[in-house]
Amino acid sequence: MNPQEDVKTRGPKLPITPPPAGASCATCPVHNLANLQKLGVDMTDWDFVVALAGNPNTGKSTVFNALTGLKQHTGNWPGKTVTRAEGGFEYGGHRYKLVDLPGAYSLLATSLDEEIARDFILFGQPDVTIVVVDATRLERNLNLTLQVMQITDRVVIALNLMDEARRKGIQIDDRRLARDLGVPVAPMAARQGEGIPELLQAVDDVANGRVAVRPPRIQIRSPQVRKALETLTPLVEAAFPGLPNAQWVALRLLDGDQNIIKAVESGELGDLHIGVVEEDRITQPISIAQTMDIDPAEWRERILRLLETASRLRWEIGTDFHEQIVTDIFAEASRIASRAVTMPGEKPRFDLDRTIDRIVTHRVWGFPIMIGLFALIFWITITGANYPSQLLSTLLIGHVYPWLKAGAAAIGLPWWLSGLLIDGAYLSTAWVVSVMLPPMAIFFPLFTLLEDLGYLPRLAFNLDELFHKAGAHGKQSLSMMMGFGCNAAGVISTRIIDSPRERLIAIITNNFALCNGRWPLQILIATLFIGALAPPYLAGIISAAAVVGVALLGVLLTFLVSFFLSRTMLRGEVSTFTLELPPYRPPRILQTIYTSLIDRTVYVLWRAVIFAAPAGLIIWILANVTVAGQPVATHIVGWLNPVGILIGLNGVILLAYVVAIPANELVIPVILMLTLLMVGAPVGADGSATLIEVENMDELMQIFQLGGWTLLTAVNLMLFSLIHNPCSTTIYTIYKETGSRKWTTVAALLPLALGFLITFFVAQLWRLAAMWTG
Amino acid sequence: MPNPLISLLIGLALLALLAALFWPDRGFFLRWQQARRMSARVLREDALKYLYTHELEGRAVTLQSLAGEMGVSLDQAAQLLGEMTQLGLMETHDGAYALTPTGREVAVQVLRAHRLWERYLSEHSGYSEEEWHARADQAEHLLAPDEVDALAQQLGDPRFDPHGDPIPTAAGETPRLETKPLTHLNPGDLARIIHLEDQPELVYAQLVAEGLHPGMEILVVDKTPQRVRFLSRGNEHVLAPILAANVFVTPIPKEQAEGAIHPWGETLTSLHPGEEAEIVAVSRTMHPAERHRLLDLGVLPGARVRAEFESPLGEPVAYFIRGALIALRNDQAEKIFVRKMTPAPSGNGDKRDVALIREDA
Repeated sequence: MNPQEDVKTRGPKLPITPPPAGASCATCPVHNLANLQKLGVDMTDWDFVVALAGNPNTGKSTVFNALTGLKQHTGNWPGKTVTRAEGGFEYGGHRYKLVDLPGAYSLLATSLDEEIARDFILFGQPDVTIVVVDATRLERNLNLTLQVMQITDRVVIALNLMDEARRKGIQIDDRRLARDLGVPVAPMAARQGEGIPELLQAVDDVANGRVAVRPPRIQIRSPQVRKALETLTPLVEAAFPGLPNAQWVALRLLDGDQNIIKAVESGELGDLHIGVVEEDRITQPISIAQTMDIDPAEWRERILRLLETASRLRWEIGTDFHEQIVTDIFAEASRIASRAVTMPGEKPRFDLDRTIDRIVTHRVWGFPIMIGLFALIFWITITGANYPSQLLSTLLIGHVYPWLKAGAAAIGLPWWLSGLLIDGAYLSTAWVVSVMLPPMAIFFPLFTLLEDLGYLPRLAFNLDELFHKAGAHGKQSLSMMMGFGCNAAGVISTRIIDSPRERLIAIITNNFALCNGRWPLQILIATLFIGALAPPYLAGIISAAAVVGVALLGVLLTFLVSFFLSRTMLRGEVSTFTLELPPYRPPRILQTIYTSLIDRTVYVLWRAVIFAAPAGLIIWILANVTVAGQPVATHIVGWLNPVGILIGLNGVILLAYVVAIPANELVIPVILMLTLLMVGAPVGADGSATLIEVENMDELMQIFQLGGWTLLTAVNLMLFSLIHNPCSTTIYTIYKETGSRKWTTVAALLPLALGFLITFFVAQLWRLAAMWTG
Repeated sequence: MPNPLISLLIGLALLALLAALFWPDRGFFLRWQQARRMSARVLREDALKYLYTHELEGRAVTLQSLAGEMGVSLDQAAQLLGEMTQLGLMETHDGAYALTPTGREVAVQVLRAHRLWERYLSEHSGYSEEEWHARADQAEHLLAPDEVDALAQQLGDPRFDPHGDPIPTAAGETPRLETKPLTHLNPGDLARIIHLEDQPELVYAQLVAEGLHPGMEILVVDKTPQRVRFLSRGNEHVLAPILAANVFVTPIPKEQAEGAIHPWGETLTSLHPGEEAEIVAVSRTMHPAERHRLLDLGVLPGARVRAEFESPLGEPVAYFIRGALIALRNDQAEKIFVRKMTPAPSGNGDKRDVALIREDA
């Protein structure tokens, strides 16, 4: 069912009445345009703005997609790195803009997400705030709901996951709930599209002032806090007459909330109830005072008295203010939930969720299931990607490339321009795309399916103790797995870790997960050098074992570096642990494939292309521009050679790693090109040096032998490929995610230093052993 | 190619040098940094702070106690006091040391910086509780007045440090907390421990060994010339008067004293899969950020918890709390105190379920 159509056919057509003038208008928008602009929300072409709030894992994004029909746009909160989705819908002749707030458990502003959600509701003053509530865990969800309702009356409850509640035998009296909460409640199952029309109707009713909303006030039990509120709330009301959330503001002032204190001082808070936008009113308290017919000096006086009183009262309310408030809110939530919810009298004999949990977290079976599942995913990815990869390569490099070259020759393009654009930029981009795209397009949807199913949190649960010992978070297992697909995507996926220290650890160590851009090199070198050591019938197994060994070394390094970081550099960062295990849900395959392609594959591919094309230009210039009779690359390789040989590699490999910073997929073709260049045998259609693809294993081996490679070179190359700086896409993503130059630098240089260190010691020990035995 | 043995040795030497310089807490570089901070000003500020806190609590300072606190010899302490008198920071009346108004002002600002920094560390860092004080002792001398104000603003101008001590305001005002020695209380009195006197060290060590710490709520049960008996979290403590006189308390109203009377009893770690309990308290020794997060998830006194299943590695354990499955590590669970529910009478579905699960496990 398409909810969009549904809206147009079933929604009642109401005549749009011109809003009467003045602040008392019941049907006109109440949102604060100027503040919304500051929050980065453009309201041109929209009548109302609707905020979507809710706990994580309540199906908030499903509701969002059901309302907007996937027509979403993602952006960042200004100055912050939390992304948000925006979309729109039309109903009852009005155009609604829907803003998805970050998922939060509470609005007491202890995390960035909570602060963003809180500020949007408080300062943006949305016309309606939809709180998505999980019907199966009403009590916990009402905590957030009640907090939202302390700030704004204009709330609609989307009582989601009713289907799950029914399955579990939980009955919810939604009318009772609506009466107790004083706002409309729309029971729904957003995945099935059930209840969407009712939700739209309720939103429309509240936006147009057709229903009276009267949320309950929280009963404060602590006598000191109550006494303080009795003194303070009237002062807030006196300073800002008609403010709908005076008690909440008073509570925040008692908590010393600097944002609220600033908003009181500047008069920004006063704008909340006036709802009329005039630029000067927001910045100049004087003009607010004028509209209230109060002498500005007297208004100033009231504000000062308010803040002074709040400051004095704070001595009396003690230290566990936060706990007291949360306790009172939960007491209310518990009271309301117990009246509305009827739990099944008899526990069902068979609880499917718990049965699955017992199996996948079983002492004996838990790990085999996990290993089997991931082995399966990798197997599907590697075998499945083989064919399309070759197809793409044949198409882009085998057919399109010669065709482009011929075209360039036909229109008489100068050799250097066609070299730069076609041999340089095009060829390396085509290379990266054909190597990178197929595995990612397979790996990410499979991974997302597991995520949707609810299995991944159990994986984190199973492995947490290992990560705990290393000072990290169990959820890091997920970002690490994701890193095997792509480190940039792995870094993004660390967002699920809400503890700052553990998240930084996961970001910095993600590079030790051997990403899919590095697999081809590992497999090639292992086959050529290590598999060749074994008798032919064992060659395949030995080389595969070598690659898996390198990947496992990466996992080991992840733990070691996490351990080191959590006890040194990151010791001072805040560390908390929360891991919620959501109920299992049947995945929706098509939707999953769509969103994982859009969110992960396309994002990563796009970044890679942006970085690969310029890299192609540079590679071409290095190989084809000559200085003093030699290509530039030859000079650089000469300089790098001493260092390269010291650590068991060579100058060609080091240069390849420098130019392949944008995409690790380019390392092998660049090494081949440079090696041939160094021995004076450039290969290319017109005698220039270009990236080359060599299919024949014997030819490959000959090229490496020309370059003077030994077994040590191969081993250290495999090690260095695992342990070096992240690619530029990943570095860029780390910067976006941490917003910190310091941590980005650490994440880039720490693995590089470690790579030099390890290859250096391996090389010296190797040579010593060779001296003694030989 | 250089000789591998030589380059190996050079490599190892370089590595050892770097480790010696930057090893956490013991590296030369860090130690040198610390030593540089111990200037005369630092000593002076520490002495002022010591005098001020004793003045607030109405206790006398002796040359010996000052020298002991500062970790300097008696001669050095006397010299320090002489310098401070010359600078007009303190004066001596009949052998008793007293701060001048200027000295008090400086002391209050140092104390403010110290307590604000402790508060900052408690909320915005991962350092453990034992480290807060030592780190704040360094930071208090390094923060400029405007930095202290900016810090206060960032923290929401807090009133109390994590140990429950008041933080002086920018204007230098501190509410005078009414404290008295534990020996002055009578049976039936409810109070909160505000301060444990840390001199003499032998007595202090015994108080700490007894498990006492500031913020604890207590109920006095019995008082004789030989001993003071009191309850805290349902645990009984007995102190000799000489020890009890070094515990400073403030009376509290009954509503705040739940912790004194209610036994905290068992922790969440004692629940076996399938067992149910009610949360009694979430310990304050849990890191504040962690505590806030759990409170927001509904892990609060009064909430019901059921242990569901363990990770294959033994930790964490999944608990069913307010309709949601939440995994907690054992170091978290042992800071959550619970009262186990007695199994409901037979015939109830819940109990059968419990029995079934036990068989599984």
